[in-house]
Amino acid sequence: MILSAKQCSCQVEDKILLDQVDFEVEAGLRYAVIGPNGAGKSTLLKALCRLMTLSAGDCILSGKKMSAFSQRDLATWISYVSQTVFNTNGFTVHEFVLMGRYPHLSPFTSLRKTDRDKVDAALEMTGMQTFAQRRLDTLSGGERQKVMIAAAMVQEARIMLLDEPTAFLDPLQQDQVYALLETIRARTRVTLIEVTHDVNRAALSHDIILGLRQGRVVFCGTPEELMQPEVLYAIYGKHFTFARHPENNCQVVMPTGKSI
Amino acid sequence: MRKNPWLFFTLLITGFVAALVILPFVGIDLITPAQVFTAEENQIQHIFWELRVPRVLTGMLVGSVLAMAGMTFQALFRNALATPFTLGTASGASLGASVYIWAGWSISLLGISGQTLFAFLGAITALAFVYGFSRVKNGMSTNTMLLAGVAIGIFFSSLILLIQYMADQAHSLRILRWLMGGLEVVGFRQFLEVLPFMLLGAVVIYFYRWEMNLISTGEDLAAGRGVNVNRTKIVLLVTAGLMVGAVVAVAGPIGFVGLIVPHICRLLIGPDHRRLVIACVLLGGIFLSVCDALARLLIAPSELPVGIVTALLGGPFFLWVLLRKKIS
Repeated sequence: MILSAKQCSCQVEDKILLDQVDFEVEAGLRYAVIGPNGAGKSTLLKALCRLMTLSAGDCILSGKKMSAFSQRDLATWISYVSQTVFNTNGFTVHEFVLMGRYPHLSPFTSLRKTDRDKVDAALEMTGMQTFAQRRLDTLSGGERQKVMIAAAMVQEARIMLLDEPTAFLDPLQQDQVYALLETIRARTRVTLIEVTHDVNRAALSHDIILGLRQGRVVFCGTPEELMQPEVLYAIYGKHFTFARHPENNCQVVMPTGKSI
Repeated sequence: MRKNPWLFFTLLITGFVAALVILPFVGIDLITPAQVFTAEENQIQHIFWELRVPRVLTGMLVGSVLAMAGMTFQALFRNALATPFTLGTASGASLGASVYIWAGWSISLLGISGQTLFAFLGAITALAFVYGFSRVKNGMSTNTMLLAGVAIGIFFSSLILLIQYMADQAHSLRILRWLMGGLEVVGFRQFLEVLPFMLLGAVVIYFYRWEMNLISTGEDLAAGRGVNVNRTKIVLLVTAGLMVGAVVAVAGPIGFVGLIVPHICRLLIGPDHRRLVIACVLLGGIFLSVCDALARLLIAPSELPVGIVTALLGGPFFLWVLLRKKIS
């Protein structure tokens, strides 16, 4: 077990965002976090990399309380790819990805060759090498997401958190990003924890799925266990229609044909 | 320029050296090298070494500090309109200096003049108010800090007006003239007062070059990469506040340098603070010393306050740069 959340609660003013969440993460697996809007998915991700302060409980990272890590040390363990559109501020792709090396850089020395090599390797793996000198604000949403992932890669953290990495992307770009994440996992053995609204994608591409509702964990299990009517109802409060995927015979959910 | 930063820095260094060498000869009366570098002692040598050279050096130093402070605030607040005076630091420093002038004191500590000390105190008080307010209200939210800075700046400016109203005519005029900004220094005292703050500040700011790059793209993103955002903000705000306090104490609140110099540098060589810090030091120095030379020449034999020249020259030039960039 590389990471665990123990009775983690998060509260902003009177609103409880996470309520006594328990969650264990095994190294090298791919996790999906699903749930309706406002269930606490993004909050859980932010709490796992200390972007949000817990009001109770603690996260344990490699046997050590997360609060004992400095921010820089934490970044060598956990990288975070946010969902929100950030301020590109005129940076080029290369400059932005290079910033991912921050936890490994010293303020007293200039860049080493290994830093530049790692940036080049990440750009190559994400297929963004030809865009290296392009400004980030001239890229499409999918390209920008790949740059974000490349920047997280050069951070060389053992866990990568992704908050809806395919939000706002068309189906082709969604496929590309998911394929890229699978390639990264296969090559680097990084543990992936992704927030998604896509139940089918969660079931087809992930090893373990965590279902949240109103800040509480209501499900944690395999894709087969997830694709049960009562489980999905417990997470979303809605009935789904099921079908078999023609390629792999896995259970998938179908959109309803009319508004209900 | 962005693809060829060496060309940019070669031009900047050439401009900086040229300004340093040429500008001391420029003034109401043009001085020639022959008049200065002569064996016989004369009045012109005194003017050159005691007035012109310290003035150019102080101008360069003040310009560098204002440009660096502006760049720092713009990165921390991710706001193109942030200036060294955004958080009320200049108003605080001005209030401190105004109180000192009004009281008519004449003190110094460890070679630092009372006016400089009071300006520091004012700048740090303003920063402490802004920081304390933001921390209590919203955990150091950027927007809260900006709003608090504007409110405290207005409040301190009102106090300066009150002091001017209560002061006698001589003190009131002295405060008013000081508030217009100027570089009328005699000897190297002011230059040497500001120099340690500038050097130390430049080192600290350069030390945080990666953090500024990351924070300028977003605080969550920066924290996710390992930046201790709150500590970085505090260190940089205090550093910039001290630098601005020292500069305002010597030269008054000179506007526009901290806004336009970082923008021009960013347009020419991009947003990477590894280069931007050095570019701001050089261009800030060139810009303010050239503006001061113009302030000496434009209505000779009188002089304009340099703050008026920076605004008159800087505003249209800035618009031209923005338009040119848009068109290209």
